[in-house]
Amino acid sequence: MSAMVLSVSALAKSFDGVDAVRDVSFTVATGEVVAMIGRNGAGKTTCFNVIHGELAADRGDVRFDGHPLLGLATHLIAHRGIGRTFQVPATFASMTVRESIALALAAHDDRDRSVAGGMLQPRSARADALLVHLRIDDLADAHCAALAYGDAKRLELALALAGAPRLLLMDEPTAGMTARSRRDLMQFVRDTARRDALAVLFTEHDMDIVFGFADRIIVLDRGSIIATGTPAEIRTNAAVQAAYLGVDERPPLGIHDIAR
Amino acid sequence: MSLASLAVQLLNGLASASSLFLISAGLTLIFGVTRIVNFAHGSFYMLGAYVAWSAGTALGAFAGSPFGFWGAAIVAALAVAALGALVEVLLLKRLYAAPELLQLTATFGVVLIVRDAALAVWGPEDRLGPRVAGLDSTVQWLGSAVPQYDLFLLIVGPVVLVLLTALLRRTRFGMLVRAASENRVLAGALGIDERTLFTAVFALGSFLAGLAGALTLPREPANLGMDLAVIADAFVVTVLGGLGSIPGAFIAAIIIGVTKALCIAAGTVTLASITFAMPKLTLVIEFVLMALVLLVRPAGLLGRAAVIPATTTVAAERTLVKRPRPRSAVVAGVLVALALVLPFTGDPYALVLSTDILIAALFAASLQLITATGGMASFGHAAYFGVGAYASALATTHGYPFPVAVAFAPIAAALSALAFGALCVRVSGIYLAMLTLAFAQILWSVAVQWDTVTGGSNGIIGVWPPDWLAARTRYYLLVLAVVSVSLIALALIAFTPFGYALRGSRDSTLRAAASGIDVRARRLKAMVIAGGFAGMAGGLFAYSKGGIAPDALSIPRSVDALVMMLLGGQSALFGPLLGATAFTWLSDALARYTEYWRAWVGVGILLIVSAFPNGIGGTLRLRRAR
Repeated sequence: MSAMVLSVSALAKSFDGVDAVRDVSFTVATGEVVAMIGRNGAGKTTCFNVIHGELAADRGDVRFDGHPLLGLATHLIAHRGIGRTFQVPATFASMTVRESIALALAAHDDRDRSVAGGMLQPRSARADALLVHLRIDDLADAHCAALAYGDAKRLELALALAGAPRLLLMDEPTAGMTARSRRDLMQFVRDTARRDALAVLFTEHDMDIVFGFADRIIVLDRGSIIATGTPAEIRTNAAVQAAYLGVDERPPLGIHDIAR
Repeated sequence: MSLASLAVQLLNGLASASSLFLISAGLTLIFGVTRIVNFAHGSFYMLGAYVAWSAGTALGAFAGSPFGFWGAAIVAALAVAALGALVEVLLLKRLYAAPELLQLTATFGVVLIVRDAALAVWGPEDRLGPRVAGLDSTVQWLGSAVPQYDLFLLIVGPVVLVLLTALLRRTRFGMLVRAASENRVLAGALGIDERTLFTAVFALGSFLAGLAGALTLPREPANLGMDLAVIADAFVVTVLGGLGSIPGAFIAAIIIGVTKALCIAAGTVTLASITFAMPKLTLVIEFVLMALVLLVRPAGLLGRAAVIPATTTVAAERTLVKRPRPRSAVVAGVLVALALVLPFTGDPYALVLSTDILIAALFAASLQLITATGGMASFGHAAYFGVGAYASALATTHGYPFPVAVAFAPIAAALSALAFGALCVRVSGIYLAMLTLAFAQILWSVAVQWDTVTGGSNGIIGVWPPDWLAARTRYYLLVLAVVSVSLIALALIAFTPFGYALRGSRDSTLRAAASGIDVRARRLKAMVIAGGFAGMAGGLFAYSKGGIAPDALSIPRSVDALVMMLLGGQSALFGPLLGATAFTWLSDALARYTEYWRAWVGVGILLIVSAFPNGIGGTLRLRRAR
């Protein structure tokens, strides 16, 4: 087993007395692709936001390469080497694809405070390499706000990878994409993880993607981890079946239930 | 200071807290439901006082009729409520989806119109209010005479709080208001008639403003400065209490009222051999207090974070911002050539006007950096302009040579921006807009009140450039050189890595932070840079006019910059110059034609904002992009 990049222990976070995450502990290793699954409200995004510095934890510890992360601001966490993509792709809407990648690269190099050094140069070998790597080089001069959804997701991934992260957090990376481009994207992510020794932690509702691409799966239910294991182990885990994969006993909501 | 005088000051403070609460309750109620911060709320308050004065005259309040004053107060409140409803129907209905900066600018158009209308109807002199029959004597308390009317006001606040709470909790109307405040979309989907509800809420809020104005009349005369003086206070109270929270406004009004009272009671305090005239520092202390609360609770005392709308200065921010191309340099060259020729062809006045235009362009361009590129709504940009102007003027009167005195302008302004920014950089959106406005208003009142240093309302005179620059032509050429270099620098800054990081933070704070950009640090730096350039404009302005008056810091000047920026198009490269030229030239022409030119500027603002919700340049660009 390779080195643990991320280790989370006894993490807890509540909102107005409701426990969103309670006593969650897990690790992610270099080159490993880990899926975090659970129903809506299980605490997946809260976990991400705490690790990424957007929310303060109530208790627990998060370590990245052995160094504590809790209490650091998001931009500092990014500089430590953690990249992130969001459920709804967050890109720089007033820029071209090339400009936004140049900005992400400049921020990674800590050049984003520079005023005296002249204008930002959108063209660079690194930017070109990223564009080609993500297969969006034909869109280099397109306006970010005008990209198709799948392309915006790829651009966001390019922006996250511009920071040369060693851990990538992806919140529902394939939501809203067609089945084919989902598999393409996840294949790309897994190849990158293997090649660049990148650790990946992602949430996902599409079980084909989860079981097809994750090395390991963490199952959250009501803020607690109820199972961790390989896809094969999770598939046969009774607790998971009952809590999550099992058939929901209730009938689907009809229009009258909503109006009531 | 004796305990008794302290107690009397406290009573006094609580009485003004009552009327402050009345105003703020209306403002916060309107915001809660419509998400609009109504700049004209202070104008409605002023109108309430004036209408009460007229109605009181007609009803015999001055002749001692007990019915006279109360009747007049009701008439005033109802009249203002009707006006509020009218403004809502005619103007605001069009703006509910517009960015907050435009909403504020539009309601400021109403401020200008109401101000000039009041000037036309009631004239420039103060209108003294009546003594209220039955409440016109004093009560002995702790050896001091307390006016009965103050005791009455003391009760009004809590009574209105109870009535409003009952209205919101116990009636069907209140239920609808709460539903709409909670979730506008859902309320609409459930069949609540938003249009009528919004009008009704606006009328109710305006009623409270009008009532507050009328009830203030027996304590202080109706005058034309009440509108902006009270709106700054009301902004502080609503932000401190939490936008949309009526109990929050109540608590905040008491805090502010008591703070004021304590400052007045403290009198002159000597600390470490520096003498502070506490009564004059009231506004400053108020502001620092609010900033401290916001550091701990960014949504105010009882506000909820969810109520704050997202920071959107203008919808055009999803449009592509084009990098300057070689062609832009050619255009800039042509413009400089024109500026070298044009002013010398016409009458000598053209030179004066051209100087004004250049200075205004620099002022607007500095605002563009924080508002358009940075996405931070600023409604108090004149603060930096004024600080720069006063710094230069003071340096000159203290004997510093011209080059040094001019250099003081950007430095002092940048430092004031740093101080303000350090306190407020956590705050964004509408809260920031209101704080910038309050900050500018505070500096304005410091300039007015600190006679010994700033010359009070007369300002500082005798600030002229040295002999070698005294000729208008030479000074114009200096201004042209400084402004050209500054405009080019500002235009380029927007495309440096820092400028991109700033704009990136505006586009997506999430993505910017996730990419490792320190969003707050970039924003603070933008404030400091913009403040410095605005201060430079102020310094040049002081020398071109031979002096400086508190006007330079006033809210109307802040709004001038916004209007120029909107006129020229938010992100347009030559927008500030275009907007400054059009605005300065037009208002100059209007001022020659009519005494009420401010009202016409107001009408112009309303027309621009209604027709071009993205600014003229921005709207044209959007249309072309389609």
